[in-house]
Amino acid sequence: MIHDLKLMAEQAAAEPAPRPALANVSRRGILGGAGALVLALSLRTPAKADETQTQEQKEHKYGADGMPHGWRDDPKVFIAIAPDGTVTVTNHRSEMGQGVRTSVALTVADELEADWPKVKVVQAWGDESRFGNQDTDGSRSLRHFFQHFRHAGAAMRAMLTEAAAKQWGVPASEVSAKNHTLTHAKSGRTLGYGAVAQAAAELPVPSSVTLKDPKEFRYIGTGKIGLIDNFDITTGRAIYGADTKLDGMLYAAIARPPVYGGTVTSFDDAEAKKVAGVVKIFKIDGAPIPSEFMPLGGVAVVAKNTWAALKAREALKITWDDGPNASYDTDVFRKELEAAARQPGKVVRTQGDVDAAMAKATKKVVAEYFVPHLVQAPMEPPAAIAWVKDGMCEAWASTQGPQAANDRLMKALNLPDDKVKVNVTLLGGGFGRKSKPDYVVEAALCSREVGGAPVKLAWTRDDDIHHGYYHTISAERIEAGLDDKGMPVAWLHRSAAPTIGSIFAPDPKHELPFELGMGLVNTPFAIPNMRMENPEAAAHVRIGWFRSVSNIPHAFAIQSFVSELAHEAGRDPKDYLLDLIGQPRKIDPTTIGDVWNYGEDPARYPIDTGRLRGVIEAAAKGAGWGREMPKGRGLGIAGHYSFVTYTAVAAEVEVDDKGQVKVHAIDIAVDCGPQVNPERIRSQMEGAVVMGMGLALTSEITFKKGRAQQNNFDGYEIIRIDAAPKVVRVHLVSTGTYDGPLGGVGEPGVPPVAPAIANAVFAATGRRIRQLPIRDQATGA
Amino acid sequence: MIKLTVNGAARSFDGDPDMPLLWYLRDEVGLTGSKFGCGAALCGACTIHLGGTAVRSCITPVSAAEGQEVVTIEGLSPDGNHPVQVAWRDQNVAQCGYCQCGQIMQAASLLKDTPQPTDAQIDDGMSGNICRCGTYPRIRAAIHQAAGQTAAPKGERL
Repeated sequence: MIHDLKLMAEQAAAEPAPRPALANVSRRGILGGAGALVLALSLRTPAKADETQTQEQKEHKYGADGMPHGWRDDPKVFIAIAPDGTVTVTNHRSEMGQGVRTSVALTVADELEADWPKVKVVQAWGDESRFGNQDTDGSRSLRHFFQHFRHAGAAMRAMLTEAAAKQWGVPASEVSAKNHTLTHAKSGRTLGYGAVAQAAAELPVPSSVTLKDPKEFRYIGTGKIGLIDNFDITTGRAIYGADTKLDGMLYAAIARPPVYGGTVTSFDDAEAKKVAGVVKIFKIDGAPIPSEFMPLGGVAVVAKNTWAALKAREALKITWDDGPNASYDTDVFRKELEAAARQPGKVVRTQGDVDAAMAKATKKVVAEYFVPHLVQAPMEPPAAIAWVKDGMCEAWASTQGPQAANDRLMKALNLPDDKVKVNVTLLGGGFGRKSKPDYVVEAALCSREVGGAPVKLAWTRDDDIHHGYYHTISAERIEAGLDDKGMPVAWLHRSAAPTIGSIFAPDPKHELPFELGMGLVNTPFAIPNMRMENPEAAAHVRIGWFRSVSNIPHAFAIQSFVSELAHEAGRDPKDYLLDLIGQPRKIDPTTIGDVWNYGEDPARYPIDTGRLRGVIEAAAKGAGWGREMPKGRGLGIAGHYSFVTYTAVAAEVEVDDKGQVKVHAIDIAVDCGPQVNPERIRSQMEGAVVMGMGLALTSEITFKKGRAQQNNFDGYEIIRIDAAPKVVRVHLVSTGTYDGPLGGVGEPGVPPVAPAIANAVFAATGRRIRQLPIRDQATGA
Repeated sequence: MIKLTVNGAARSFDGDPDMPLLWYLRDEVGLTGSKFGCGAALCGACTIHLGGTAVRSCITPVSAAEGQEVVTIEGLSPDGNHPVQVAWRDQNVAQCGYCQCGQIMQAASLLKDTPQPTDAQIDDGMSGNICRCGTYPRIRAAIHQAAGQTAAPKGERL
């Protein structure tokens, strides 16, 4: 996402005027079709441009090619086969629960015709020049790398085949590779993969390979493969960010400025030094605003164990200068945002004549929605171990961005690239927090300060909640002018929210194109007159990406408002939503103001309203939409396009006499194109439902005097098992072929959850929810 | 000097008796299966068995373990095949997996006390353990499987 930001900042500077249209495009067919394909090994050649593309589009790189370091096109980098036949797949994407280690390995294994029990996976260290892009965020690991890993597996299979053919002195065309065995049928000879592994590795990589016919897949798409780390996870052997053990390791805790941009004025460590086991206490200078991914500064304690470090930190007496954000108060700021959303703002998409249509409308409806700050709160707080010695730095970190960590270590320690190495552990959840390696740099600064001992840095939960990269805070105001049938003829949506861009550059005060493209400008409704505006909003805390990012407030506002309009029109909310989306068609996102489209080629990835309709219908069908509901119960629905995937949620909710909201059942439908590992797609959707419920019902970070008011899981409430729905049904809607484009999976489940629940609360009670979290808003009071 | 048993091995500790068992186990003994999640008994990631009972090791001082038997995830079963661990794998419960050691220790304790739990009893017994990835539906299913109330999911699991 960091790369997207840089790109977006450049594009924002030379922003083209939004092109007014709601065009149907289907400019170019999807690559290939069914059957075994013979393709060049390299997919890096840009897809053939056609005459309708602008020069800018022709030159623009998409998908993995658009990322720094793209893809490393060399199967030898990713696949090693031992003499005993063990296949080791190197996975360069961070594992944080999405199952990528399993999914990457099974993709390679399938094309390689490997026997699954003989497949192992190892984790790549941070080195994008060797492995290609490693930013594990934006729901793009399989989307960007599935085809490449298929090719790597197929290329290695071809090399094994060639090596066996050479050994036997027969044409390679007479040798087949199946389930770890090479066979020459004519002579009845067989060889195991291990027997020719060395010879195969010495062969050149073939310039073209034959991919398997997807009908022959044994692992891809089957959902039969269990998690590759299952045994380690269930026995406590899995190694996360704080689990690596090094000889002579010390333990650190840091007291950071309680307000973003604050600094240490003075500190007294007399009491802290008395704690047994304390080794050293020292000040760390923080990066000024905008602090990007660098540490906030503060006072560090290094000790012989974690407990001593935490106890000594507690005993520090620190005077802070709170800096420019000392008065940040989210109650006050909310009013500022809402006031901004009531005034005209920067126009970010316009189509037709909204003002004229609004003036002529039969009726006008306006609603305002609010979504507070959130913090990712992965169960594992940020964690890293660093060892700075002899002009080198090695780190072991729970990080979504190992190259980003590597680069920040180089900067902080003034070391060249070849003297820094970042090893990637399993991540105990990420959700965007661990894309920012401030904590890795902190660990390294501590190690440097104590003269060469490795240091394990502990972040407590309080640290995580107090010093986050928070989800933005937003006011969304939507106004619609309706015709005599209750359908909108004019739509004006203003979104006011501090931008993630504010951590990278002097606060631009406007959402960047990638934030606008998360469900604001690319609202795919068949309304003739539409305008989206983005009033100014200043940032007072570190704003960062949180699973599904700006889709959360945009989807909450839009999908709630649609339900409100349906009620105004006296119509069924699902039917009304489908009518607003309109007939199935493919929309070029650039024609509706979205120049980003998740970094994907707009021709390969148009917004397909047919697919959006499809998931809404699937969720509705799963939930038994339209059935009679008992008193106090209601069904709500929402659908959303994000990360080039389509999701919809139907929620069944009960509101009791006291106004307590109980979510009984969720039907979530997803169309992410071809499904590599359906088992993990289901798991990601189940998880997204629970995370979406948390932000819908209970989660909120507030600030007073610049300080986060929540400390731990008592104040920052997330969903526990007793609130989890008894029924979560995942409906996988399959479209496309395995040679076509994939959608994202990790994030798209989240955005439709909150509006579906809010709409269900309305159906149950007649009470409209316009701010999150819902908490006790459904009480009769 | 505090004497205790950890996963069957006798140990002694002469450090700060107020040190939470979690840090003793992780930093002093080197058993890292028990996880830090909150430090305040709010999330259950650090759950271990002390004298046969599930406790939150992040707030339990090592002094409270004097003369007692501590069992961590590493010692739950000699081969990693406790019925709860097997069920967790069969159901593919884990996403990131970080909280799951605590979940498994809590579930093992729940099943010891309540061998045939209802959904309500599972919710009651497990509500102190947070999973941010949201694996709760599968946790319920795995506990039912471990209790012998349901079979492992059908179909090949490679």
